[in-house]
Amino acid sequence: MTEATIVVGAETTAPPGAGPEGARSLASDAWRSLKKNPIFWVSTALIVLFVLMAIWPSLFTNVDPNAAVLKEARARPSSSAWFGRDIQGYDIYSRTIYGARASILVGVFTSVATVIIGGVMGVLAGYYGGWIDSLVSRVTDIFFAIPLLLGGILFMATFPNDVNSPYLLVVGKVVLVLAIFGWPSLARLMRSSVLQVKPNDYVQAARALGASPWRIIRAHVLPNAVAPMIVVATINLGVFIAVEATLSFLGIGLTPPAVSWGVAISDAIVALRTTPHILLFPSLFLSLTVLAFIMLGDAVRDAFDPKSR
Amino acid sequence: MAEAILTAKDLVKHYPIKGGVLRRTVGHVKAVDGVSFELLKGETLGIVGESGCGKSTLGRLLMRLEEPTSGSVVFDGVDMYAQRGRAMRKLRRDIQIVFQDPYTSLNPRKTVGDIVGEPFDIHPDVVPRKGRRKAVQDLLDLVGLNPEHINRYPHQFSGGQRQRIGIARGIALNPKVLICDEPVSALDVSVQAQVVNLMEKLQDELGLSYVFIAHDLSVVRHISDRVGVMYLGKMAELGEEDDIYGRPTHPYTQALLSAVPVPDPTLRDKREQIVLKGDVPSPANPPSGCRFHTRCFKAQEKCSVEIPLLEIRPDGAGGHLSACHFAAPREIIETVDLTDTPQATTFDSGLRDDSSLEPVGDGTQDS
Repeated sequence: MTEATIVVGAETTAPPGAGPEGARSLASDAWRSLKKNPIFWVSTALIVLFVLMAIWPSLFTNVDPNAAVLKEARARPSSSAWFGRDIQGYDIYSRTIYGARASILVGVFTSVATVIIGGVMGVLAGYYGGWIDSLVSRVTDIFFAIPLLLGGILFMATFPNDVNSPYLLVVGKVVLVLAIFGWPSLARLMRSSVLQVKPNDYVQAARALGASPWRIIRAHVLPNAVAPMIVVATINLGVFIAVEATLSFLGIGLTPPAVSWGVAISDAIVALRTTPHILLFPSLFLSLTVLAFIMLGDAVRDAFDPKSR
Repeated sequence: MAEAILTAKDLVKHYPIKGGVLRRTVGHVKAVDGVSFELLKGETLGIVGESGCGKSTLGRLLMRLEEPTSGSVVFDGVDMYAQRGRAMRKLRRDIQIVFQDPYTSLNPRKTVGDIVGEPFDIHPDVVPRKGRRKAVQDLLDLVGLNPEHINRYPHQFSGGQRQRIGIARGIALNPKVLICDEPVSALDVSVQAQVVNLMEKLQDELGLSYVFIAHDLSVVRHISDRVGVMYLGKMAELGEEDDIYGRPTHPYTQALLSAVPVPDPTLRDKREQIVLKGDVPSPANPPSGCRFHTRCFKAQEKCSVEIPLLEIRPDGAGGHLSACHFAAPREIIETVDLTDTPQATTFDSGLRDDSSLEPVGDGTQDS
């Protein structure tokens, strides 16, 4: 296992012995083109910013997001509360900063879960074929027939949150439902790229040498088939954040007292015509996060696609 | 006669054709349909034939990369298809393959050291862990690559160098048999010669036996001791190199050889080229009787009914295996085999009959 990691790592930095004009690997070519892409740097900067918000919100604000000052409810942005205050008198700046955590957690956990489930299923279906392939393909067909949002609403309505539910359980439920409906597309993708890699002669050569299926998958198939899935998973991360906000907006994702952008948007709707700034800030941050992840995914995909260069 | 190391008996590989909504089997592509031969220790057996005649499938069957529909392969006294698990892994050490396309046969994400060293990872008892790097470097040296390039990636090498890497991987476990599936077809001619010479050198040094699959008649002639000609999944003719190239008795072999360009311009018009009619029939629905009768210039009633067996038939000077009811040698302009002649005599005028030259400058003459 360590060998494979070292090899991949060595390749992404610089192939040893290659001069500046020498032939380059796909990964180092991709890195070169990424370095020149401003979209990559903008999206990376935004993502780093949002991740910092999620991990250490206290870096950005020392106002308690749950401190309601009712007499200043609906206050406009001022020096004491930069983004103003919402209907309950909460500081919107503080709540927006603290809301990043829920979105990032849901996005990252869901992406990791879908990559693991979808990746394993896709590799099994693509590599072994036969009845495993048929089974996985039909199951993904069934999941494709159910829209993500509808499935989410059904699931969350069936298992509603208690007011006293711990934070991680609430987040975990959203992650679970998004992962259940998100893995089939990655499984499909992984299956197709494994099918592309499998007939290559180097896989046949490993078989001819007597390598075990596990070794062939780990050393030959995965490293050559995983790139498209990573790209799509990055784009999906943004989509999952948006869906989490949608579920929260509908009142079935994260629910108060959890702080989240979706919850904040939902609360702001009643005051939309009189004090639109309450809606503006959480929506802006949500859009920026989703945009950042989708832009990053796009940039990486373009860099890895030799035809786009 | 040397001992046989690899014996194929009635090898058959049919691929099902699935059709309809229920994916039922509606027919079979008969890629390899009853092929038998022996490979002797230390010899090179060339297999020639046009595209789609089952050469590569035959190679994959010999490697057990595919399971045959029927038939058997006996390797060194052991029935290959009866082996399971550990025994099969052990057997794989002795029979290896070199692939056609050097651009897809090497994993682009691994260094040369990893690729050539992989056989040692899979069979850890061959070389102790500490000696592996040294062993890999020795192998690179043996195939004519710089051992210091061990940390480079395949894309940093040319096609010929990549094929050498593939050969190094093939001989890493010191096999007894190397299946070469068109190892030089993807290379340009000068590099072909280098690789073929390398393979001959390795055969001398390591005592390998080769099954050399190719569609290039001259390359096969150069490297082979015996040659088999395949047509539509069957062996049409099998014999010593001189028998096949000098005294072919099967019409298909004769047609193939007549298509080889003659390097001597003075002999060009004297040669009768056999032009075959039509295309190769579909292997899903091969002709009855002799597979070749639809395109054969000798075909008669009998050919479409009775399958000719691959048996020894007279070729004018002894006999060799041929699968034709009307096997007979045919006058062909023989191309001289220069394999064993020293370089100096190759361009000697003695090989050409200068008296046959027509006087230059007299215009065309009717004769």
